[in-house]
Amino acid sequence: MSAASPLRRMGLVAPALVIVLALVGVPLAIMAWVSLLERGATIGVTWDSAPSFANYTRLAWEEDFDGTMLLNPTYLIIQLRSVAQAFFTTVLCVLLGLPVALWMSSLSKNQRDIAVLLITIPFWTNLLVRNYAWLIILREDGAVSHFANAVWPFGPVQLLYNDTAILIGLVYSFLPFMILPIYSGFEKFDWRLLEAAYDLGANRRQALTRVVIPLAMPGIIAGSMLVFIPSLGSFVTAAILGGGKSLMMGNLIQLQFGQSRNWPFGAALSVVLLALMMLVLVGLALWRNRQGGKI
Amino acid sequence: MTNPQSAISVQSVSKSFGRGDSAIKVLQDVAVEIGTREFFTLLGPSGCGKTTLLRLIAGFEELDSGSILIDGERVDHLPPFRRPVNTVFQNYALFPHLSVAQNVAFALEMQSLSRAEVIRRAGEALEMVRMAAFANRKPSELSGGQQQRVALARALAPRPKVLLLDEPLSALDLKLRKQMQIELKQLQAEAGITFVFVTHDQEEALTLSDRIAVMQGGRILQLDTPRAIYERPSHRFVADFIGDINLLEGKVDGGAIQLDCGASVAGNFGHAPGDRVTVAIRPERARLAKSGEGSFAAEVMHSAYLGTATLLQLRLADGREFLLRETRIGEGAAPPEKGSRVSVHLPDSALQVFAA
Amino acid sequence: MNLRRLPFTREISLGVLVYLYVPVMVLIFYSFNANRTATVWSEASLDWYRKILVNPSIRDATWNSLVLATAAGLGSTLLALAAALGTKNRFRGLAVVEAILNAPLILPEVVVAVATLMLFVAIGIDMGLTAMIPAHIAFCIPFAYLPIRARLEGMNPSLEEAAQDLYANRFVTFRRVTLPLMWPGIMAGFTLAFVTSLDDFLTSFFLSGPGSTTLPVYIFSAIRAGITPEINAISTIMLIVSVALVVTSFLLGKIRR
Repeated sequence: MSAASPLRRMGLVAPALVIVLALVGVPLAIMAWVSLLERGATIGVTWDSAPSFANYTRLAWEEDFDGTMLLNPTYLIIQLRSVAQAFFTTVLCVLLGLPVALWMSSLSKNQRDIAVLLITIPFWTNLLVRNYAWLIILREDGAVSHFANAVWPFGPVQLLYNDTAILIGLVYSFLPFMILPIYSGFEKFDWRLLEAAYDLGANRRQALTRVVIPLAMPGIIAGSMLVFIPSLGSFVTAAILGGGKSLMMGNLIQLQFGQSRNWPFGAALSVVLLALMMLVLVGLALWRNRQGGKI
Repeated sequence: MTNPQSAISVQSVSKSFGRGDSAIKVLQDVAVEIGTREFFTLLGPSGCGKTTLLRLIAGFEELDSGSILIDGERVDHLPPFRRPVNTVFQNYALFPHLSVAQNVAFALEMQSLSRAEVIRRAGEALEMVRMAAFANRKPSELSGGQQQRVALARALAPRPKVLLLDEPLSALDLKLRKQMQIELKQLQAEAGITFVFVTHDQEEALTLSDRIAVMQGGRILQLDTPRAIYERPSHRFVADFIGDINLLEGKVDGGAIQLDCGASVAGNFGHAPGDRVTVAIRPERARLAKSGEGSFAAEVMHSAYLGTATLLQLRLADGREFLLRETRIGEGAAPPEKGSRVSVHLPDSALQVFAA
Repeated sequence: MNLRRLPFTREISLGVLVYLYVPVMVLIFYSFNANRTATVWSEASLDWYRKILVNPSIRDATWNSLVLATAAGLGSTLLALAAALGTKNRFRGLAVVEAILNAPLILPEVVVAVATLMLFVAIGIDMGLTAMIPAHIAFCIPFAYLPIRARLEGMNPSLEEAAQDLYANRFVTFRRVTLPLMWPGIMAGFTLAFVTSLDDFLTSFFLSGPGSTTLPVYIFSAIRAGITPEINAISTIMLIVSVALVVTSFLLGKIRR
């Protein structure tokens, strides 16, 4: 009675499984196929074209009028920028998130609950609204811009529509994803370990680097995944704060399905984005396993 | 061969968990007849199969082979909700979303009794365990002992033919446990039904039971009254598991047993010459003797005054320990001092001999 | 000295809280500004709120968002509930099943959205609510599944056995014991799925057709057209709704404990 029969189990799991496979798995398979096809005149793809890797070649190379291949860095720069933005976002989130998580776990039970609530509220707020708020802060005729221009002696300062604006927006969007996993690791932290470190003669810095950070590592890794992955694939932040000048991969993909109507190229970009993501996930997982083996 | 007297008849039941090579045999060809209105205890260390046997009777597990009859009717193919037994779970398993009264009324509602009847019988059941005042509380607002009582009331309310109790007292502290033991016994008399009780606590089993089945490794080793199990254990394991006992290794030599500690015991107790045997004696059955008159001499390591007796921890010639519980010290006589030598007498009638 | 508190963590934390809340405050502040240019504060007014209430595009977009979120929330919660019941006991392949169900959480939404767009074009489904509802259900499934699964995992298995022992058959056991005990998890799952769908921009952006614009899609195109006090006002309302939802569930959690 306690063990559900395999048939009943299948019947319960199948509907959800089928929906996810049909609406996530199948589309991804179609996308991988489209990335090998040629663009179409009306709907963006020629379904019966012969498959080739031409779209992937286009990521870095450009065919000259006489048929020679020239290096075209436009798309490579966007890809590199996306990875760099995601990387710096993750680093900044660790630097800001670790102290916040530590501070939260040093609070009393009731204060902690409120701190968690304060960190969670922005996370529940619409992503568009959060990025739009920064658009207001950083806009040209805003108070921050006036102030920056007043103190900056070397010509006019442009705060919006550049990589820094995007970085600020990405950190703002994903910081809670870093704080909460680190904090939840520390919630069960045995603070006597820290007392033991002091008792054994460690100063605060040594206690931090030798006891606290190693123990926070699982949370930092989990948080890094939760921040890096959505940053790399983000669209909204660069669309609003990058103003179409500073693109990330998500924006480049969207362009192929919007104005450019070049689905196969957009599909190839998507496949590359997925591959980059897998690379990072596998790398982090391997690194974590090695860390785990050490302890 | 079904005994018409039996409330529960378990016939050559086997049960394994897992499949193939990794399968673990939890019960091997277990047979037991439990009488009507009997307080029957399944006793054994964890992993002996006692809880699995109880869960098979309740219907939470399916047996591999054999059959289970309740009141002469086969139930092993029935789901738990069609078996006339109720269970008191180890951690009570009170429904946290229902009040005490709703918990107790649950089974009565399932039996489609009238609303008035449900209320009346739930009230009676709560009255029986003196929990009527808590009817509207949630289980989380009760102490462990109170939750225990509600679990009993809930299981007794539908008037089952048999009540199954799975280590129901194990979560309570010692004082409360002693009190609940007495209440359980009274409840059984009041309800007039069969109790099948699972425990690993031998003292609890001895106090409560009409009969005890001592289990080990998926088998019943001995099935008898508490007195018989304590005084005439059939296996070395049973002797060792129940109460304190001294186990002395030795070898049968003609008409006597030569113990490794140097002493000898007259008689071979049915074992062939040359056999290795274990001689068992309870600490309270061994006696201090006058110097030179006992079976062997020993050194006093420690003496503990227990009020009703003095427990002596002795060291034998081969270095082994021997416990002796002496009730006759006192009345002015001082207990033997630490380090002194005493003589120990082993009365023949107090000895149990097992093949080693 | 508080041994637990490491130096500067408090200062950095307060700084982070300022960083998190100041932009939002500024946004709310400007939504009450009567001046259209939004640069200069002229006087407090509720004009923009009045304007968005009578704006038919916003009304339609809000309605579409609510219809979509309700359908996606209900659909994904039902599917997730069944899946959670089916994965209650361990079995071979459980890890694969869970990886598939949770895949929408890690896959970049822009990729899944354009891929779904291609699927729907390939099989000839028109863009609009009929395309958005199934797509939303699919990516909301893990948001509904995880809390339900967590609740089920924390449930004492003896409770179901106790119900059966007390003469409740499987159906009654589910209705009277399993379901009520899972209810908080189901509600949490539904709320998460509902809010996730309500907040979604990318999938709706690619799959919405004429007349099926959702509120986030409307806001995005409005932002693209320039900063206006109307956007501040809608954003403020969305903020208040989100905060109210989170705070309510926080307080409910407190009371239950």
